[in-house]
This record gives sequence, C-alpha cells and structure tokens, in this order.
Amino acid sequence: MIKGYYMGVDVGSVSTNVVLLNEKNEVIFKKYIRTQGKPIIKLQQGLKEVKDFLGNDFKIKAVGTTGSGRQLAGTILGADIIKNEITAHAVSAINFMPDVNTVLEIGGQDSKIIILKDSIVVDFAMNTVCAAGTGSFLDRQAGRLGIDIKEFGNIALKSKNPVRIAGRCAVFAESDMIHKQQLGHNEEDIIRGLCEALVRNYLNNVGKGKNIKPPVVFQGGVAANLGIKEAFERELGSEIFVPKHYDVMGAIGASILAREEVKKTKKTKFRGINIADINYKIKGFECSGCSNLCEIVEICDGSKVLARWGDKCGKWTNAMDLDDHKLA
Amino acid sequence: MKITFPHMGNVYIAIKGVLEDLNQEVILPPRCSKRTLEIGTKYSPESICLPLKINIGNYIESIEKGADTIIIVGSNGPCRFGLYSLLEKNILMDLGYNVDVISFDPPNGNYNLLFKNIEKITGTKNMYQVLKKVNIGKKILKDMDNLMDISNKKRAHAYEKYKVDNRMNSFYQSIEYVHGSNEILNLIDNTIKDISIIEENKEKDCLKVGIIGEIYTIIEPFVNLEIEKKLGHMGVEIEKSLTPYKWVEHHWGKGRLGIGEEVRKIKEAKPYLSTLVGGHGRETVGSAVLYAKKGFDGIIHILPLNCMPEIVAQTILPTVEKDYSVPILTLIVDEMTGEAGYNTRLEAYIDLLKKRREHANDKGILYGS
Repeated sequence: MIKGYYMGVDVGSVSTNVVLLNEKNEVIFKKYIRTQGKPIIKLQQGLKEVKDFLGNDFKIKAVGTTGSGRQLAGTILGADIIKNEITAHAVSAINFMPDVNTVLEIGGQDSKIIILKDSIVVDFAMNTVCAAGTGSFLDRQAGRLGIDIKEFGNIALKSKNPVRIAGRCAVFAESDMIHKQQLGHNEEDIIRGLCEALVRNYLNNVGKGKNIKPPVVFQGGVAANLGIKEAFERELGSEIFVPKHYDVMGAIGASILAREEVKKTKKTKFRGINIADINYKIKGFECSGCSNLCEIVEICDGSKVLARWGDKCGKWTNAMDLDDHKLA
Repeated sequence: MKITFPHMGNVYIAIKGVLEDLNQEVILPPRCSKRTLEIGTKYSPESICLPLKINIGNYIESIEKGADTIIIVGSNGPCRFGLYSLLEKNILMDLGYNVDVISFDPPNGNYNLLFKNIEKITGTKNMYQVLKKVNIGKKILKDMDNLMDISNKKRAHAYEKYKVDNRMNSFYQSIEYVHGSNEILNLIDNTIKDISIIEENKEKDCLKVGIIGEIYTIIEPFVNLEIEKKLGHMGVEIEKSLTPYKWVEHHWGKGRLGIGEEVRKIKEAKPYLSTLVGGHGRETVGSAVLYAKKGFDGIIHILPLNCMPEIVAQTILPTVEKDYSVPILTLIVDEMTGEAGYNTRLEAYIDLLKKRREHANDKGILYGS
C-alpha cells in the first residue's frame, strides 16, 4: 500500500528544516540543514534526502511552509499553505502539549513569546530590531571563547558563581564579557553569566508585560542549550518543557496546518518531489517605474515565471495569472 | 509663487484644489517613496520622529521640481510637531535652499500674522472668498475619506482584490493632472463608481480591525507600510480612528461646539488617562475603548519610534486590552523598520483574531442552544 505523508518546511535565516509527519502527526523524518544564505539549494538538498528516505512507494498528501523564506519555499514547492512562524510554532506546541499556556521560542535571528489559552493564541510578541537575545548572539560569543556551541550549555551548568553580564545589547555584552575575562573570572562562570543575560534580556524585552503561566514549552534551536533552559527555570520558577523535536517545531506546525488545509481543499498543490532536480533561477531587478525603485524578485523554472513579488504598486505581481497570485 | 506642502495622507488633494481655485500655482511633492525617506533621513536629526524626516524629503523633492514657498500648519500641543515648522525652516536654510516657509498656527496666537499669511498664500484680501474655498476643501477631504472607506471595504470583500489596487493607483496618478476642485471632485466620483462595480462576495463576514495611533502614521500609507492594503488583501475590513476630515471636523466644526467623535474619545479615555499628554495620546486610548465597545475583532496601534504621547498611550493600552478582552497589537515604524518582520506580525495577528472568532462561534454552538 502506498503510504501518505505530510511535509512541513521551515526556511529560516540560520536553518532550513524539513519534516514528514504520518497520519498520527508523528515525526517520521526530520532534517536540519544550515541555510548559509542559499535557501533554494538547501531546500532542494532537503527534498533529495526525503526522496532517498522514502524510496518509491509514497505520496505527499500536503505541504506547508513557514519561516522568513516561506514565500520563496512555498512557490517552489507548490505549498498548500504558507504560514507565518508564530502561528506555526503555536500549532506545533499545542500538538506537543495540548494544555500549554506559554511558548518560548528562540531561533537564530528571532525570538518570540506566544501566550495561549484553551489552545488558542491570545497574545504574542517578537523581538524588535536586533538579535541580542537570540541564537546568533550565543553563536558569536561561543566563537569568541573558542567553544563548540553544543558544549555551551553543559559548561554553564558547572558554574557555581555566575558573573553578571550586561546583556541588553550584543555589543555591550561582548565588551562587558571581555572585561570580566580580564578580571580573571572562570570560563564556566562567564558562560553561565551569558546564558542568564540572554534570558533576562528576553524576559525584559520580548516577554515584557506578558502573562507567563505554566506549563511553559521552550522550543527553537536554542532550546538545546541546557544552560538557557535552567536559567529560564530559575527566573520563572516553573518547570520548562523542551519537546523532543524542539529544533524543527516550526516545520511540524506547517505540516499540521497543511494537512488541515488539504482536508478542506481535497487536493494538494504540491509540484512533486522531482522539483529537487530542477534548476531554479532567481532574477532580481529594480523597477524604474517610479521613485520607489522596488526590487522585484522573479522566480523562474526554465522559461516559466513561477512568481514575482517585491513591488509596492502591484505592477509586476498583478501581471501574473490570477491562479498564481501569491501575496507577501 | 510656486507653493508646495508636505504629504499627509490625502490632505494634499484638498490643498491643491483650494489653491488652484484661487489661481495659485501648486507644485505637488512626488508621492512619498524610498527616495523621499533617504533624503529626509540624510538631512534630519537622527533621533527625530519619522514624520519630520518624510517632510524634509517632501520639501527637497518639491524644491527640485521648482517650488519656492512651503506651507505647513503649526500646533499648540506639547508634542514635537509644534516645533516642526521652525526646525524644518532651519534645516532647509542650513542646506542653502532659498525658500519661504509659512506656518499657519491655529488662531490662538497672533491673529494679525495669521491673516497676513493667509493673504500671502491665497493672494486675496477677501476673507469671504477664502472661507468659501475652505469649505470646498472640506468637501474634498470628506469625499476622499469616503473613497478610502469604499475602497478599503471593497478590497476586503472583492474576489479580485488587485483590481481595487489598480483603480486606486490610477486615481493617484490622475490627481496630478487635474486642475481645481471641480475636476478633483469629479475624479473622486468617477473612481467611486468604478470601484463600486468590482465584483464582491457580499455574504463574507470579514474581520473588523480598528487602526489607532498618531494621526500622521495612520493616514500616510508609505509611512505605515500600506497597512490598509495589506489588511484588505487578508480580507480584513478596517476603520481608522483619525482621518483628515475627522481632524478638520473636530478643529473647525463640531468639535468647537463640544460634540462629535473626538470629544467622545476624550470622555472614553478618562478612566485611563484624564489629562492631555500631547499629540493624540489621549485620543488613542479613547479610540481603543470606542472600538472595543463597538465590538471590533481587534485593534492595531501604530506609532513612529520615540513618539512621546503615543508611548504614554502604549503603556495604557494593555489595561484596555484586559478590561474589554480585545487583542491590541502595537506596531512601531521608523526608517529602520523591516517589512518582512512587519508582515509576519500582521499575519500572525490576523490568524489570532480568526482563531478567536472561530473559537467564540464554536462555544456558541456548544453552549448557545
């Protein structure tokens, strides 16, 4: 019998994740790839691995995309649903723990807090402007200290006397950290200080004024960091749950949403697994129609234009067939 | 004399009509664009609020087109806008532009100066004539508000939403080529007719969102990253708490008699904020309460970065949110605003509202009958 699966894709700034769910919403395949600024190539690489994993007898019943590259990925794949990260993360947190009240999500460039009540998102917030309270900040400091980011959390747990580090801004935190190093503090104490600075920063900025109630789920790439998890637990005074697939929760959410969508439409728009082999071309050009000088992105499969976006006035987007209409 | 003025939503259409009727030459600033913002950011103080940066961009682009006189209104309220005309004049002088900046302060200062300025700009001493034209200006503003309402509603309901965009785009292009109030009013009427015949789904029960905040950011589409259009494409009906006509009506009409919507806003804001905090801070709080009472699905608050009156309102809004159990989203705009993040927040917010409504309906079925 041919098996049917639901695919979810999360194209973020740091990682591109692909998951396959079965009928019971269980993850049967997951792939975490570093985006490295090449979303299309990495997405195709992910699809190839899906193909290798599944063999021949399978059917993709629905596809959903999310993340900052959701529009791009959605166009290439022919996604049934293109959803923002907040909704996708909330949906997968509910799938993991139906009575969840708070979701803390820290990714590479973004951090979010989502407040739920009876499985409904009632409030959310995202970090503004800078990435001080996110994974990139930790990555950078780990690099400076010459430590593998995977070891970061474990080292933090060894600390007995954490150092207080100013964490409001990544640049200030870095200079403060260097200063503390010069004073002769232990490495583990400094690392734990960094973890606590990040948590403080997150709760003061992103979580400001939000009603944080347990149970709390912590997801996103940074959830792998035990030091951060422990710092959250200390600060919030409640247990923090980290899902098994904490790093691909966005993709899981996208596939659950796609499944629901296809239930309504009865037919998937997925363009087939073989799109892994197509040579996509992206053309970017500046429209000189007015002084906005919009940067138009055109994505082509051979000579066929799949989608265009980026124009404020709709001159290029609206020139497409109506069926291909995709709004940013 | 070639007169220009900064962009502020659709106000420019009315000013153009009035001045052209009075036989004055008007140079319209090009519609706000990335270039406007770039010029403005280059020559304005870094930490000033966004409207001033856009104004400076507007002036310089108009001067390039040949303008030699700039008109702007003043303000009494304790908000930086009151100092805009002085600051802007100094910036332009420092840059070496030889232009006349005329500011109209509301008439509780020097009346003589005000009349002299009006005389200078309108080119007539006949105040009766001027008042008659001002009334036509008010009509243009009212009709423009009406056009915006119709197009926003249509966009939410239409099957082919981009048709509304196309029609509005061509309206804004044509406005530069028509002359005088009659032609402008005709153009508005024709556009309303064209938009009305676009096919729509009348049964669709759209989400309703109220947009509140500082007047400039909510009426100037370039500054708020075209929020009306974005929400319309998501199938959301919107209403704005402040529009040019509402402003005029309050300051030169009903408001003077102590009645009207603005007065009601102040009353509604009272339990939360009983005093003037400058700008439209108090009205923002009042509008949030009004929209909540009217049963809107959500409220979006937009403010320019570091706008003091709106920051006061922002800190009060969570209480309104709790009291009336209506979700309020705050968006801060600045030249640093990334559009992708802005879109993500809007989308997530609309998802939240949709889910809330579905949930409420489910409960109705479960417990209602």
